[in-house]
Amino acid sequence: MAGIPHDSYEPKSAAAKWFHSRLPVLGLLHATLTIPTPKNLNWWWIWGIVLTFCLALQIATGIVLAMHYTPHVDLAFASIEHIMRNVNGGHMIRYLHMNGASLFFFAVYLHIFRSLYYGSYKEPREITWIIGILIYVLMMGTAFMGYVLPWGQMSFWGATVITGLFGAIPFVGESIQTWLLGGPAVDNATLNRFFSLHYLLPFVIAGLVVVHIWAFHTTGNNNPTGVEVRRDSKEIAARDTVPFWPYYVMKDLFALAVILAVFFAIVGFMPNYLGHPDNYIEANPLATPAHIVPEWYFLPFYAILRAFTADVWVVMFADWITGGVVNAKFFGVLAMFGAIAVMALTPWLDTSSTRSGRYRPSFKWWFWLLAADFVVLTWCGAQPAEWPYSTISLIATAYWFAYFLVILPLLGVVERTEEEPESIEADFDAAHDEASAPAPAE
Amino acid sequence: MIRTTVIAALAALGISATPAGAAGGDGHVEDVAFSFEGVFGSYDANQLQRGLKVYTEVCASCHGLEHVPFRTLADVGGPHFTEAEARAYAAQSFEVFDPELDDLRPAKPTDHFPESVVPSAPDLSLMAKARAGFHGPYGTGLNQLFKGMGGPEYIASVITGYTGNQKTEAGATLYENEAFPGGWIAMAPPLEDGLVEFDDGHANDLHHMAEDVAAFLMWTAEPKMMARKQAGLVGVIFLILLALLLFLSNKTLWAAIKDRKRET
Repeated sequence: MAGIPHDSYEPKSAAAKWFHSRLPVLGLLHATLTIPTPKNLNWWWIWGIVLTFCLALQIATGIVLAMHYTPHVDLAFASIEHIMRNVNGGHMIRYLHMNGASLFFFAVYLHIFRSLYYGSYKEPREITWIIGILIYVLMMGTAFMGYVLPWGQMSFWGATVITGLFGAIPFVGESIQTWLLGGPAVDNATLNRFFSLHYLLPFVIAGLVVVHIWAFHTTGNNNPTGVEVRRDSKEIAARDTVPFWPYYVMKDLFALAVILAVFFAIVGFMPNYLGHPDNYIEANPLATPAHIVPEWYFLPFYAILRAFTADVWVVMFADWITGGVVNAKFFGVLAMFGAIAVMALTPWLDTSSTRSGRYRPSFKWWFWLLAADFVVLTWCGAQPAEWPYSTISLIATAYWFAYFLVILPLLGVVERTEEEPESIEADFDAAHDEASAPAPAE
Repeated sequence: MIRTTVIAALAALGISATPAGAAGGDGHVEDVAFSFEGVFGSYDANQLQRGLKVYTEVCASCHGLEHVPFRTLADVGGPHFTEAEARAYAAQSFEVFDPELDDLRPAKPTDHFPESVVPSAPDLSLMAKARAGFHGPYGTGLNQLFKGMGGPEYIASVITGYTGNQKTEAGATLYENEAFPGGWIAMAPPLEDGLVEFDDGHANDLHHMAEDVAAFLMWTAEPKMMARKQAGLVGVIFLILLALLLFLSNKTLWAAIKDRKRET
């Protein structure tokens, strides 16, 4: 794919020329920072920078926390309290890390839904999208293992429940579960390997983030119109774009500062609000807490996991046709992973030739229903598994799958889309006219 | 946030064991206007000192505070004793086991408070944070958000929530308590009017003492609350100023791009 035409890096000083002919890293940096970016990006495009910041924040605070943390079942809980009480600034570093995970997921959900609305996943950006989903899955794994490390009640019982999901796999499930845990139950071996992986995975994520950025720097950014940057010449491309530096760097930094102000208010004034109080009780394998709830960012998929109980006809049918291999428990696990898998397949499930949801009148309604559905699932995930929540979860789960597997493929065929603007420049100018010239000339 | 449950689902999925006791609904918790609530709220050192006295004379006969070092009693933003007072308090009030001496000795400032004496009595170091989850309609945590209700309110409500009824179940005496989830608690009513005398003659009726000890336990759970709020406030103010400067820079920067079109 040919990139958007623009000036390439020319080393100016003798030293820069010497260096550039040996290692063109300055050219790489220049190309990355000055990439032509559609000039009509709206505020939904700021979450990438927030996510990059979150990854850096989590790695920086996490490295310091790891210096003071002890991954042993008898010492882990006390070592967290040591960090909170005796380590200089330890309480702030830990609260930043705890709440940093929440900001990370909040940002990633908005980032994902932005892509879903503006069709950023569509051709030619499928690889960017798939890598994004991979990053999201790794984030879930990392966050889950990180939550186990304080060795509180929710750490222990959350780990027991989630690793139990692998036990639901027919025939080999129990062996896999034992292999993952390093023993028959969540214990010291589990804590140690979770600590090791929790330290490793963020660096894998960082690597994937580089590939994610590389991929969309190759195809160019999507934008609210979904219309591609004109690439006929450098001059024409420049009418659709501005260089990333300084225009979007400044815009993104402003947005980041606003979001961080809210983030710091949460960290400073209510740092435990998003966490579960039971995690301030040390893990006790003999006392099951009355309430086992995952962190808020797992709730939608937790609701999908629990939606398929043994009395749902689909489950009964699957159970019957597979001779009991796919029971309710395994069905739930398949549904949970399937809910993410269908997202990964979106580029091929969406058949519409119009990229942006802005010009798809029916799509808009289905999209906002999906966004509402996601909120409903989050809420259901936190409710007891009883009527009416079980029924609401089931309906919401059904819509989730219907959106990706039925609505997206059909809409592309039946929907009458509106006309897209002829260029990004035209869209930018129209928006700007509206804002700055309210009185049209007679 | 979300405090509700999923026991039934887990049971249905065959994942978890049966919960130890059926939760009989959350108890009734009264809101208390503690001095440390809100963005600018801070601990009242005198109240923490009174709470420490209640803890030492009453709670400590069963419960422990294993995560709390005695030296932190002298911390600014805490009970704020002088170092000499904290040292004297540790030595006079508690004995700790010293493995080198193979014997008990008076506590030093670097020691932690002893663990619970009675094995079934939970350690209280973090109780004010571990019991923060009962507040808000339908587990929404709204009361926590808007009224600042949390663990200390729960602790004060449990101490004052006894109805006077008791029953014997499986050989153990249980006491009816309006604040305790399920309604029946194994802890006998710990405080009564006038049980602890304060040096400064402060009111020592049941409600005042319950609030004092609840405030003290909030401090043991969150000893750095003052430093945290200050860091948060500085952070928020700094970021708002930074955001303002970035907003103006961004506006100036983009003005040229937005104007370019009108010139053509």
